[in-house]
Amino acid sequence: MNQPNRLSQGGRLARNKVINFQYNGKSYPGFVGDTLASAMLANGIDIVGRSFKYSRPRGIVAAGAEEPNAIMQLGATEATQVPNVRATQQELYNGLVAKSTNGWPNVEFDMMSTIGKVGAKVMPPGFYYKTFMYPKSLWSTYEKFIRKAAGLGRSPLENDPDRYDHYNQHADIVIVGAGPAGLSAALVAARSGARVIIADEQAEFGGALLHSKQKIDGVDVALWLENTVAELASFPEVLMLPKSTVNGYHDHNFLTIHQRVSDHLADRAEKNSSRQRMHRVRAKWVVLATGSHERPLVYANNDVPGNMLASAVSTYINRYAVIPGNKLVLMTTNDNAYSAAFDWQQAGREVVAIIDTRAAGAGRDCVEKAAALGITIINGSAVVEVQGSKRVSSVSVSAINAPGDQLVGDISNLSCDTLASSGGWSPAIHLSCHTGSRPVWSDQVIGFIPGETLQKQLTAGAINGRFELQDALAQGTKAGLAAVLNVGLSIETVTPATAEEVEENSPMALYHIPHPKKTSRAPKQFVDLQNDVTAAGIEMATLEGFESIEHVKRYTAMGFGTDQGKMGNINGMAIAAKSMNKTIPETGTTIFRPNYTPVTFGAIAGRHCGELFDPKRYTAMHQWHLERGALFEDVGNWKRPWYFPREGESMQQSLERECLAVRDSAGVLDASTLGKIDIQGADAREFLGRVYTNAWAKLAVGKCRYGLMCGEDGMVFDDGVTACLADNHFVMTTTTGGAARVLEWLEIYQQTEWPELEVYFNSVTDHWSTITVTGPNSRKIIETVVDDIDVSNDAFKYMDWKQATVKGVPARIFRISFTGELSFEVNVQANYGLQIWQAIMAAGEAYNLTPYGTETMHILRAEKGFIIAGQDTDGSVHPYDLGMGWAVSPKKPFSFIGKRGMNRADCVKEGRKQLVGIKTKDPKQVIPEGAQAVNDPKQPIPMTMLGHVTSSYYSACLGHSIAMAFIRNGHKRMGETVFYPLADGRVIEAVICSPIFFDPKGEQQNV
Amino acid sequence: MFYIFCPHCEEHREEEEFHAAGQAHIPRPLDPEACSDKEWGEYLFFRDNPRGIHHELWVHAVGCRKFFNITRDTQTYEIKEVYKVGEKPKFTAVSETGADLKSSLKAQESAT
Repeated sequence: MNQPNRLSQGGRLARNKVINFQYNGKSYPGFVGDTLASAMLANGIDIVGRSFKYSRPRGIVAAGAEEPNAIMQLGATEATQVPNVRATQQELYNGLVAKSTNGWPNVEFDMMSTIGKVGAKVMPPGFYYKTFMYPKSLWSTYEKFIRKAAGLGRSPLENDPDRYDHYNQHADIVIVGAGPAGLSAALVAARSGARVIIADEQAEFGGALLHSKQKIDGVDVALWLENTVAELASFPEVLMLPKSTVNGYHDHNFLTIHQRVSDHLADRAEKNSSRQRMHRVRAKWVVLATGSHERPLVYANNDVPGNMLASAVSTYINRYAVIPGNKLVLMTTNDNAYSAAFDWQQAGREVVAIIDTRAAGAGRDCVEKAAALGITIINGSAVVEVQGSKRVSSVSVSAINAPGDQLVGDISNLSCDTLASSGGWSPAIHLSCHTGSRPVWSDQVIGFIPGETLQKQLTAGAINGRFELQDALAQGTKAGLAAVLNVGLSIETVTPATAEEVEENSPMALYHIPHPKKTSRAPKQFVDLQNDVTAAGIEMATLEGFESIEHVKRYTAMGFGTDQGKMGNINGMAIAAKSMNKTIPETGTTIFRPNYTPVTFGAIAGRHCGELFDPKRYTAMHQWHLERGALFEDVGNWKRPWYFPREGESMQQSLERECLAVRDSAGVLDASTLGKIDIQGADAREFLGRVYTNAWAKLAVGKCRYGLMCGEDGMVFDDGVTACLADNHFVMTTTTGGAARVLEWLEIYQQTEWPELEVYFNSVTDHWSTITVTGPNSRKIIETVVDDIDVSNDAFKYMDWKQATVKGVPARIFRISFTGELSFEVNVQANYGLQIWQAIMAAGEAYNLTPYGTETMHILRAEKGFIIAGQDTDGSVHPYDLGMGWAVSPKKPFSFIGKRGMNRADCVKEGRKQLVGIKTKDPKQVIPEGAQAVNDPKQPIPMTMLGHVTSSYYSACLGHSIAMAFIRNGHKRMGETVFYPLADGRVIEAVICSPIFFDPKGEQQNV
Repeated sequence: MFYIFCPHCEEHREEEEFHAAGQAHIPRPLDPEACSDKEWGEYLFFRDNPRGIHHELWVHAVGCRKFFNITRDTQTYEIKEVYKVGEKPKFTAVSETGADLKSSLKAQESAT
């Protein structure tokens, strides 16, 4: 198939490799070496999307990251959809499928544009804020339509099949940008032996050199480039990353580099290859050689397809052998852009005229070359307005005065289909702003340049406003040398490459071309094409009182989102400044933030998805639980058995069976996940006395004790049993979820408050498997597995622990109980866990030893009124609120953590919420956890609430429901009735009682 | 993301290995019972929120588990220094709550 705009020769293309791609359902040819944008232009595709707010047809404007219009939805299948890809940055591959992001039913005929045309006047800046605020309830409806109309791409509905990687890197010198400045810096850095990373967002290194016709060191730039890249590749310590955008420059010289590994090859990455890679780099020094973006000029209808940046025209012609039109008019404020017209004419198509806004016009080199090519130059003039709807058809030209703020003389029309414009170059200072450095305005550069920074950062070339090739080479070499010296390396001789000097006239500071009508009445003059922000919109924002440029930005959406103000920011600021009668430096600039261009979620997530999203912790007996059909509950990262359903059982039936088995005979729980902290040292006992609320001075070796841990505010935050192994050696248990926090808590007090105490902590949670055997028959089971000790009640008392041998394996057995039944907790080294578990299961067969999970554990402990820290506490209750004053020893000599806090006036006042038991009048009714109690359910809403239910279950053992709940002043209200009005309209009547429902005297655990 | 020098490991490590543990140099009153509710409340809850120099307690959580102090500029995120618990900072600024760090350190010193 014919590519109407493809030149017969030139470009950096593999012309022997024709590839096909699809755009909006139609197939087109292109070459290897094309971007999607260059291939679209080669095929004469004018309209690539509809605009954000007004749905105006839009064409390709730029050739790089600054492209505001050609934003594509890519992907041949649902799973490989990628939204918001700039066609100018996407390399073409065979089979590429692209769709324009907005435009309905299609970009050629767009329904929204009808609304846009009518609605243009009724869609001022702040339109959405002003219109869709009320009523609030309709926002979700509005949002659907706004999203559809807003032209944002869509995410895939299926999982991404590709793999994404993260690399952590360290480098002496990171160089951002591989144009002439970056390559010069890299050469010096590489020759010094430094570890170097040089990254560039484009497919090939070279930057502006890729479409330049100049010479370096007397040879064509293409040859210099080839030699330079080859030399860099020869250094083992140099990592060269093309197709890699440095998207973020973060604190302490941390950079994120988004490398597109295989996006240029196919719709999906090949097997064993990743699609994209995120390099997370800590650099000693950074050289920013990020170049600059050309600024378009702002004039009426400057968004009609056919309006382009001058440099983009040169790039398409020289690099891609694509000429994006037939008849060109070039408007420029500077000499640099003249090459677009020269390239156009030399490619064999017509240049109608060069419109130079400067009265004095260009320097001698440009003027002579134009004359030689027979190109007309019109000085001191500007294009005021463009005609055409789906493509430029002609332009109106008028003379302007010297400052460029008034039209002088008559307007004449020039027929053309392409208008290239250049308002000069804006340094690409984005990365230098990411860590908070404020850029500085330079009148000489006519742009912002990087300001002072704390980062170890150097800059070179166009980012400093030095746009000449000669300067870029010299500055790059200088920055490379400085970086080498800064990292403590050295290099003998450094000679920068040289390019010929060009004689130029100075550029004109012009942003907004005046129009015969007032800005507000003139046809639209776009400042930010991606966000549909117009000059009139910015003027209106300033008239409405938005004085800060940050507010103007937010009100108008200028430079928002994926655009980040690459093309329009300076023009917008200039217009705002003029409207407020200020200078640009007085108005200031907004700050650019990461990311420089959009990054896929895949690259951000890397391998941290699916199974690797979050680590999982398994006990040694996990496989056994799986084989018995256990369902699991996540507690922290742990997978804990929740309950063990049998064939045909409902959850409630399983729980009842498990509970009854424990109370009638015996049950077994995998308690390995409880936090275990080994505490040793001469002052271990003193330390425990300070962090627990109760007394530890007299706990004898061989004994265990339950302890409550409070914060300095007096509120309970963890609990557990601690055993005394030796006079200077204890092992503390914590809640499963609280283990890490408790360890850090102990450490911070030891290290910062009481370093004089000799005590050491270590987490031993994973070292031990804990098998809790509980129930009236538990002793009989333990007897048969223990090799060497007497487990009778006389020899092994409640709250004792013993060192024993269980089936030949050393074990610590604790006689502690969380069920209220006779219990033995057998702790063995974790790698024996499964073996001993199985031995105990075998021994328990005769006693219907039943494995149970966390849910049954919760019911059994609630029957006993035992709290679970984090469920029955919430950081606002102290031990006395819980009715656990027995676990507080106020007489301890040291003012333990929590003592002062729980004696604050607020903590000792009457009327605090206190933990009580709740029995429903109807024994079958189970109050939902979280339900609030009231005294009178008939009182008007909002009712006076007394406190909420923290734990609530049906107790099969007791034959009625049980609950633990907070009730204001509850300890003094035993036997009184309260009501629980529920969201569904039911009201549950209940009586306040002791939270100990089962065996209040504790006889069962003591047998 | 910060790059933090652990004074115990004597190495720069990534921020991911550390936890911030709040403002540094807030000693627990030696006699809590002697504190009024207001004084205790200030010890417990009130912290500086300066723009500029700030002394912070950090822990090398997945490294050596040791706590240490950082003097950091909250505006620029520059880490001015790291120093061990019990040592004094070289960079100080007057704190927002009125009492400057020097007098707080002095109080700490005379208390111990």
